[in-house]
Amino acid sequence: MAKDIALSVKNIYKDFLLPHERKNTIKEYVLHFSKPTYEKQHALKDISFEVERGEFFGIVGRNGSGKSTMLKIIGGIYQPTKGSVQVNGTLTPFIELGIGFNAELSGRDNVFLNGAILGLTRKEVQKKYNEIVEFAELERFMDQKLKNYSSGMQVRLAFSIAMQAHNDILLIDEVLAVGDERFQRKSIEVFENIKKKRDKTVIFVSHDMQTIQQFCDRTMVIHDSKMKFIGDSARAALEYKKLNFPELAQEITVDSDSLARKDQRAGTGKVRITKYEILNEENQVDNIIPFGKKFAIKFYYESAEKLEDVVFGVGLKNKKGDSVYGPNTKESKFPLSLNKGKGEIVMSVKENVFSPGTYILDAGFFNDSQTISHDYISIKNAITFVGIERHGYVYIQPEWTIS
Amino acid sequence: MAKPLIKYLKPSNLNLIRELVASDFKLRYQGSVLGYLWSLLRPLFMFGVLYVVFTHVIRLGNSVPHYPQYLLLGLVMWTFFIEATVSGMNAITGHGDMIRKVSIPKYTIVVSTMLSAFVNFCFNMIIVFIFMLFGHIEFRITLLLVPFLIVELMVFALALSFILSALYVKFRDLSHIWDVILQAGFYATPIIYSMSIVPKRFIKFVALNPLAQIFQDMRSFMITPATLTTKQVFNSQLGRIIPILIVIALCFIAFWYFRKSSGKFAEEL
Repeated sequence: MAKDIALSVKNIYKDFLLPHERKNTIKEYVLHFSKPTYEKQHALKDISFEVERGEFFGIVGRNGSGKSTMLKIIGGIYQPTKGSVQVNGTLTPFIELGIGFNAELSGRDNVFLNGAILGLTRKEVQKKYNEIVEFAELERFMDQKLKNYSSGMQVRLAFSIAMQAHNDILLIDEVLAVGDERFQRKSIEVFENIKKKRDKTVIFVSHDMQTIQQFCDRTMVIHDSKMKFIGDSARAALEYKKLNFPELAQEITVDSDSLARKDQRAGTGKVRITKYEILNEENQVDNIIPFGKKFAIKFYYESAEKLEDVVFGVGLKNKKGDSVYGPNTKESKFPLSLNKGKGEIVMSVKENVFSPGTYILDAGFFNDSQTISHDYISIKNAITFVGIERHGYVYIQPEWTIS
Repeated sequence: MAKPLIKYLKPSNLNLIRELVASDFKLRYQGSVLGYLWSLLRPLFMFGVLYVVFTHVIRLGNSVPHYPQYLLLGLVMWTFFIEATVSGMNAITGHGDMIRKVSIPKYTIVVSTMLSAFVNFCFNMIIVFIFMLFGHIEFRITLLLVPFLIVELMVFALALSFILSALYVKFRDLSHIWDVILQAGFYATPIIYSMSIVPKRFIKFVALNPLAQIFQDMRSFMITPATLTTKQVFNSQLGRIIPILIVIALCFIAFWYFRKSSGKFAEEL
C-alpha cells in the first residue's frame, strides 16, 4: 500500500549569509567600494523526512539548532538554499499565534484581521465567530480594545482563531504552553480530538518532552543543524536529553566490565555467558526500548560440558536497586538442557511495561533447585526504557468500572 | 505573466487586502470624532497658505481661471501621491513582524497601503467637488474620463511603492532620499503653477512627467478646458501615450523587482 504522504522534505540545506559589516544604507554602498565579505552560517544541513497524512510529527532541538528555520521553510516563510519541500494539501503558513494583532483595535476587529491573515474569508469568520469567542471565553470583552486584554486573554483569542484555520496540515510552535491551566487543558483536548479523528496532520515543535511523547507518533531531533534522530517519540526524547545533558549520556552507557572479567565471576564456571544483545521490535541490536514495544534479550553462552536441567534466570533492577522483573526458565516451564559448546538463548517480552529509566541487567545459569550458580553477570546501565513517566514500576493499562 | 497574475488575485488574498485596509481605516478614524476632519486639515491648510501666497503675494494664480479649484485639485492629488508612496515604502519594513512569522503574499501589504491612501483621497475629492459647486464650475461630460486618470495615478503610485518598499528593506536611508525627491517633485510638477508659465526650453521635460500629464488632464476634464495638457504641449496624442508608457514600463520593473526580492524579505528584515 502506498503511503499517503502529506509533507515531503528532501535534502534541505539552508545557509544564511552574515555580512561582516552590514551595509544598510545607500551611503555606505557609495562610500565603501570594497567587496562585502560574508560569513556563511549553515542553519540546516541535509534534512529529509516525510510525514504521513494524519500523523502527529514532532520536531525537537535546542534554541539555535535550526528547528525554527525548518518550520519556517515548511511554512514557506524562508526559501531553502537547496532541496525541496512538497506539501500535499493546504498548510497553515503561520508559526506563531496572533500575527497581525493590533492593540488599538477591538477584539472583534482583530478576529477578522487575524482570520484574513490565516486565509479565512470574511464569511467564514462570521460563521465561526461565535464559536471562536466562546472557545476563548471572551464574550464580554469583544468590543474592547485589545490593549485592555491581559496577555493570557490575547493568547486565548489567538489560539481560538488559529484552530479555525481550515487547513489539513498544522504547524505549531510551542503553543500548548499558553493561557492558564484551565485553558491549557482545553487546548490539549482540542489536540486530542484532532488526533482521534486523524484528519489533520500536525507538525509540532516543542521543548516539552512530556507533551511530545504524549502526542507525537514520530519525532525528529535536530542538533547543530543536522538531523540526529527520527522515529519513536520516547526514543527521540531520550536522544534529545542525551545531546543536551552529556552527563546523562555517560549514565546510560553500558558498563560491561562484569562481562569481561569472566574469571572473577561467581559460579561453577561450567557455563559462561560470553555476550548478550538487546533487540528492539525490528530485531536490531539496540539498548533503548520504547514503552509498549516488543523487545528481546539474546544471550550467547559457552558450555564446558553437557548440562541437564539447568535454569536460566534474568533480572532487571532499577537505578535504586529495586528488583522490578525476575523471570526464569523453570517458572515459565521451559525445560533447559545445554550441550557442550556454544549456543544462544533468547528471552522475548511482548510488551515493554516498565517505567522509563536505565536498568541493571542480571542474568545467570543455575542448577535445577537454584542453589548452585554456574554463572552470574550483572551489567549496569544495560538497558534503557523510554516513555512517559508514571507512578510505579510498571504501567499496565487498567480497565475501570463503577457500580 | 497572465497566469501568475490570476494566482495573485485569489479570493483569500483580496479578502486579506480588504481586512488590512479596513483595519487601517478604523485605526485612523477611531478615537477622535474629528479623525476625518484632521485628515482633511492638512491639504486644506496647505491650500489656504498657498492660495494666499499665490494670489496676493506672488500673484501667479491670478492668470489661471478657477485658480482655487485648480490648486486644490492639484494638492489633493499630490497629497495622495505622497501618502501612497511614503506609506508604500514603509509597507514591508513596517510589517516585518508579520512577514517573519507568516507566509502571506507580500504584495497584499503594499496594495493595501496604497488603497488606504486612496480612501483618504476619495474623501478629499468630495471637498474638491464642493469647491467646484461653489465656484460655479460646469460639470462637463469629460468628468466621465476622470476615473481612468485616477486609475493611472493609483497604478503609478503602486508601481513606485513596490520598488521603494523592496529597496527600503536593503537601504534604510532611502526614506531621506525619497523625501528630497518628493520636495523637488513638488516644484517640478505643475501643482501650484500652471504649466503654461514653464519656459519653452523645459516644458517638454516637465510635461512628460506622468504626474504632470495626469494632473493637467484632470484639471482639463474637471475644471477648465483651458488647461495646458501634455497632449497640447506635444500637439499630438503622443503627449498622452508617452507618460502612460512610462507608467506601464515602471509596472513591469516593479513586478520583476518585487517578485525577485520578496522571497528574501523574511530573512532581511
